[in-house]
Formats: sequence, C-alpha cells, structure tokens
Amino acid sequence: MTANGASALGAAVPEEAAFTQEVPRGEPILEVRDLIKHFPLTQGVLFKKRVGAVKAVDGVSFDLMQGETLGIVGESGCGKSTLAKVLMNLEPATGGSVRYKGEEISRLSGAALKAVRRNIQMVFQDPYTSLNPRMTVGDIIGEPYEIHPEVAPKGDRRKAVQDLLDVVGLNPEYINRYPHQFSGGQRQRIGIARGLALKPEIIICDEPVSALDVSVQAQVINLLEQLQGEFNLSYMFIAHDLSIVRHISDRVGVMYLGKMVEVGSDAEIYDHATHPYTQALLSAVPVPDPAARESRDRIVLTGDVPSPANPPSGCRFRTRCWKAQQRCEVEVPLLAAPSWLDGAASHDSACHFAAEREIGQAGQSGQAGESGQGGTE
Amino acid sequence: MNTAVDTAKREREAPYEGPLLDVRDLHVEFVTRDGVAKAVNGVDYSVSAGETLAVLGESGSGKSVTAQAIMGILDMPPARIPRGEIRFRGRDMLTMGKEERRKIRGQKIAMIFQDALSALNPVLSVGYQLGEMFRAHRGVSRAEAREKAVELMERVRIPAAKQRVNDYPHQFSGGMRQRIMIAMALALEPDLIIADEPTTALDVTVQAQVMDLLAELQAEYNMGLILITHDLGVVADVADKIAVMYAGRIVETAPVHELYARPAHPYTRGLLDSIPRLDQKGQELYAIKGLPPNLLRIPPGCAFNPRCPRAQDVCRAEVPDLFPVTEEDGTPLEGRGSACFFWKETLHDR
Repeated sequence: MTANGASALGAAVPEEAAFTQEVPRGEPILEVRDLIKHFPLTQGVLFKKRVGAVKAVDGVSFDLMQGETLGIVGESGCGKSTLAKVLMNLEPATGGSVRYKGEEISRLSGAALKAVRRNIQMVFQDPYTSLNPRMTVGDIIGEPYEIHPEVAPKGDRRKAVQDLLDVVGLNPEYINRYPHQFSGGQRQRIGIARGLALKPEIIICDEPVSALDVSVQAQVINLLEQLQGEFNLSYMFIAHDLSIVRHISDRVGVMYLGKMVEVGSDAEIYDHATHPYTQALLSAVPVPDPAARESRDRIVLTGDVPSPANPPSGCRFRTRCWKAQQRCEVEVPLLAAPSWLDGAASHDSACHFAAEREIGQAGQSGQAGESGQGGTE
Repeated sequence: MNTAVDTAKREREAPYEGPLLDVRDLHVEFVTRDGVAKAVNGVDYSVSAGETLAVLGESGSGKSVTAQAIMGILDMPPARIPRGEIRFRGRDMLTMGKEERRKIRGQKIAMIFQDALSALNPVLSVGYQLGEMFRAHRGVSRAEAREKAVELMERVRIPAAKQRVNDYPHQFSGGMRQRIMIAMALALEPDLIIADEPTTALDVTVQAQVMDLLAELQAEYNMGLILITHDLGVVADVADKIAVMYAGRIVETAPVHELYARPAHPYTRGLLDSIPRLDQKGQELYAIKGLPPNLLRIPPGCAFNPRCPRAQDVCRAEVPDLFPVTEEDGTPLEGRGSACFFWKETLHDR
C-alpha cells in the first residue's frame, strides 16, 4: 500500500555511507510521524472480504533523541508492541512516516535498508521463546554476522561473540552451551548480547524484564543502563511496569488504544500528568509501601479497554473517562501542549480538558467513574 | 436460601478456637529424572478468619506448590509429601479420607488461579460452569443452578449478568474472566480462599478493580485469604501479614507495615532495595547478586548464603531456624520471625 508502493519510486536511494554520520546528542535520530498500522479483518473463506481493520497503531508521532531512553507505557492491546514491530520494519506500516537520520525508511531497499536494519536492533520480552533452543549461544549471538559480514569478518567472529558475552556479564567460556542451560536472567543477557552484536545505534526493548524474577530484574536494568553509556545507545523502552520505566527513561510516552495520549519528561508525566488516563494509570499502580494504603487517592476505572477494531469516536478514552463531555465524542483531541497550562504541566497531552490532578477532587472523580457502571463492557 | 446452604452456614458458625488453617512443617518433593527436587522444605503458616496472609516469593520458591498441597491438587506422583501437617479447623487434611477431603475442597477452601482463560473450560458456558458447583455439591436442579449462577455474576459485578450467563469464556475480557473465577470460588461460601497470583495476568487498571472486589467480598463474608504473589506492590496494598519464601522455606514473617519498614532478613531487604525509588534516578539499582537456587541442588546451610552480603561460615554450615525477632532491648515483636543467623544486625543497622 502506500508505504510499500513508495519504494517503487526508487528516488535517490542513499548510499550506505549516508548512515555513518553521527547524530549529535539530543538531536532526533528517529522521527515518527502519524504512523498507522491497521490489520485487516476479513470474512469468508474463498473470497476474503474486508470487513474492517484492527487499528493497532493509529496515528502516532514522536521523536527519539540520540542517547536518550524513551519509555513507552500502556496496557495490553494499546499497540506498543505493534509500534515496535513497525519501527523495526518487521511489519510494513499502513501509513505515516518513520525517518531514521532524516531518511524515510519505508522508501529504502537493498543495501540502504540493510544498513538501517543493522542500526536498529531489538531485545524481546520472553527470553525462553526468543532464543532458538537448537542453536548454541555462540551461533545465536553470531548469527547477525552472517547477514552483516562487514561487522565481523569470518575469522574474528568467535572472538567477537566472546567479547559480547563478557560485556553482558556472562562467562565467555559458555559460548558452546545451549539456551536451556541458562536461567531466565542469563537468557535475557544473551538476547541483549545478540542485540548488541551489530553495534546498533538504537535498541528497542519490548518488555525486557517483565518475564524475569524480581531479584533478577534489577541486574538486567543495571546492565542496560551501563551499556547505554558505554556504546552511546538510544533506547526505546516498552514496558508496563511504571516504576521501572520511570527509573530508566528520560522521556515517557503513554499509549491508549493505538494513540499516544501524553508525552513528556519523566517528571512531567509522573508528577504533573494532565491526561486523565495517565492519572488513572499512575494511581492504579500498587505502591510497595503499606503506609500509603490509606492515603492513596486511587482512580478506579470502570470497564475494559474498547476493541481496537471499533474504537470510540472522538477521544478514545472517553468511554472510561470521568471528564468526558459532548465535545470528546465528536472532536479528536490533538497531542499538543495545552495552551491553558504552564510550567511542568505544559507538555504534550491529548485531552480537551487537560489539567493536573487536584488530590481533594480526585476522590470524587473516582466515584463518579464508578457510578458509570461498565460503560464499555 | 435452601437448606443445604443453611447447614453449611451452621457448620461454619460452629465454634472453633484457633486459626482456620494451620500448616506445620510441610515438605513437598518432586521425583524427576535428574533427582529429587525439594520444592517445599518445612513451611509453617496459619491464617485466621478475616485475615489476609500474603505469601511472597519468586518463581521456584515453593509458594504455589504449598497452595496446591493445601488444596490437594498436586499430581502424586511425581510429587510426594514426606512430612508435615495441614490442619483445617484443627483436623489434619493429609491423614483424612479421600471423600472427607473432597468435601472440604471447594466448599470450605476454594482457589483462584492466575490464568482464568486456561482455568475455565472453553467449551462450556460460564453459567454452566458456575452452576456446576451447586449441582455437584448441593444437588440443586439445573434451573436453580442457573439462577444461582446469575446471582453470583451479579455479586462480582459483571454487567448484564442475565444476558451473559450463556456466554463462553472467550467472549469475556481478561478482567471479567477473573471475576468469574472469583465468583466460582465464592459460590459455596468457603471459609478460606487461596488466590494464586490473581491479578498478574491483568492490566494495572483492571488489576485494581479485581483486587478491590476481592478485598470487599472477603470482608463481607469474613473469609481467610491466602494471597500468593511476587508483586511487592500488591502485597503492600492488601495484606495483613506476610510470609516471604525462598527455596521452599519461609525466611521471614511479619505484619505488613513492619516488613516494609524494617526487614529482618537480607533477602527481604534485598528485594525491597531493588525497587526503583525516586531519589535513585540515574543511579545503579541495588541488585541481589546471583540467581535463585536450583531445587535439585539447594546450597547447604542457609539456601540464600551464596547471594547474601552477610554470609559467614555458620550460614554455609547450618540451616537457620525461623528465629523470633525482638527489639534491641529484647521486647518481642509479635508475629515476626526471621530465618537468618544475623537477623539482629539486619534489623537494626539500616
């Protein structure tokens, strides 16, 4: 469709060398604009009729800056993993643009596309299923070199793999072992080593620690932070654990039903959230402090996330929102800094009634939400 | 309310002093090809009516296996229980007859599982599955069972229960399915509910709804609740007391406020310290070094010793008992215990 067709233009495909220049720290390395990914829903066996689409990602825009960590949070089904797949070019985008160092990646092909792919790598959620059980650790980590032999010539590969094992804190002598001989945390280190193999600039981490035990999560987070400094990496860190996202991220984006609803620095999002969904999400997270049990002002949302195949009109959160008005039904709120807010509250928020939460009033609003029984179920 | 329910009520109101459930020195092993995996190695805990005990532990700590032993749903073999007692209202369930035990399971002790989709039968409607409880245990008619099912669905606040009673599990969302699991556990008004990671598979906003519902129903029926989880946040929210498990043993017990404020075991302390805190932004997180032990080869002495910053020779040689924890001046701290030779040091020098 639009994205694929574009490559046929073949206009001025840049040489591979185009991607070797460094982006200064704090400048965007990845620019995402109005990115759309729809999965078609079909009916019938022989003559598949298109009856609709699951709007997994529906117009998402953001920049990833060189050297920063951008955290993406949201509940299951909000499109955060689909977003990662589209950025990796594992799934073609339905629309919108992704620019890597200013170059539209959907337009690239051949050597140029290969070069982009080398520079954007991924670490997956489940270290049990993302490693081939029949391959040794050396083969798993070294496999990227088969596709990109220029990074490590044949003779040097074993050495390169052993260096990577050392970097991620595994014994280089384990090179001939198989994944089942490692624990979950160690397997995730193998996954990270594979992600580092091609010396990428961007690593997309899709829930890298959620499958790990609590006592091991901190080890992997520390490793990721240490590697970022060492190799000057930019991370996109997708997770649902808000406290970990806050710890590792410079900026945070909140997604709901295929849209980015709020983006800001970690303090702006966590301390000065202005979108009702972000506020509800933050207030619902169980805090590991029993003293906070009574004082917590929790907003309990009713109902579930609506189906992305048939999202509500206007603002997608309106069916669960206690602030929802007529206007929310008809007018899609844009992701922009609301003009009526200032200070830390003035960051991108897609809400017609964006405002910081007043603690006294929030209790009432929580109840108001509750009385609107199961609006979406 | 039919007569069967009335009898059940009367039985519950029969006076019984002491805790509802009392687990003593429970051991569970699994015979595997590679040897005997010692999943539970001497667990003691008790729960009273209206009380919430949180069992906190990582995967492989034995928290779920203990629960399965209590419910009597372990596959034996490969599992075996070489030692221990599980007393429900003073009677040891491990020595009683099969039929008698079956009467306790479901009626007196019910369980909520983590993954509602795989715990429910996909080819039977939820109404049928809920009603089954009444038909099997109470012998009511089909029509009556259906009515009861609707009643239960309303109780766990499933909207439009009457219309949805004939729906199948896949037609419900994750949160709604977990509500159905809760309804099923509540069906026969049990004295004790064991919830094994009830909200782990759910999203945070739905998690809050389900946890609230569970707490509310527990208070309403004055049930005992054993909440099995690895999430320190969920525990802090709902528990009265906590038992922390590591490698099949309880390493620390404490009332919830005390545990978070002043842990007395290095493992608990390590877990609490590894939670990212605001003031640590940009710094390295505290991480417990090493890995949880392999249950086929639990280290000698204290199982935590290879990962422990305080480990001494004694920790490698002897298995520590669950010592009672006291203030510095010797004042006993009620409900507190720590299986660490250096609990004093851990508790007092923060």
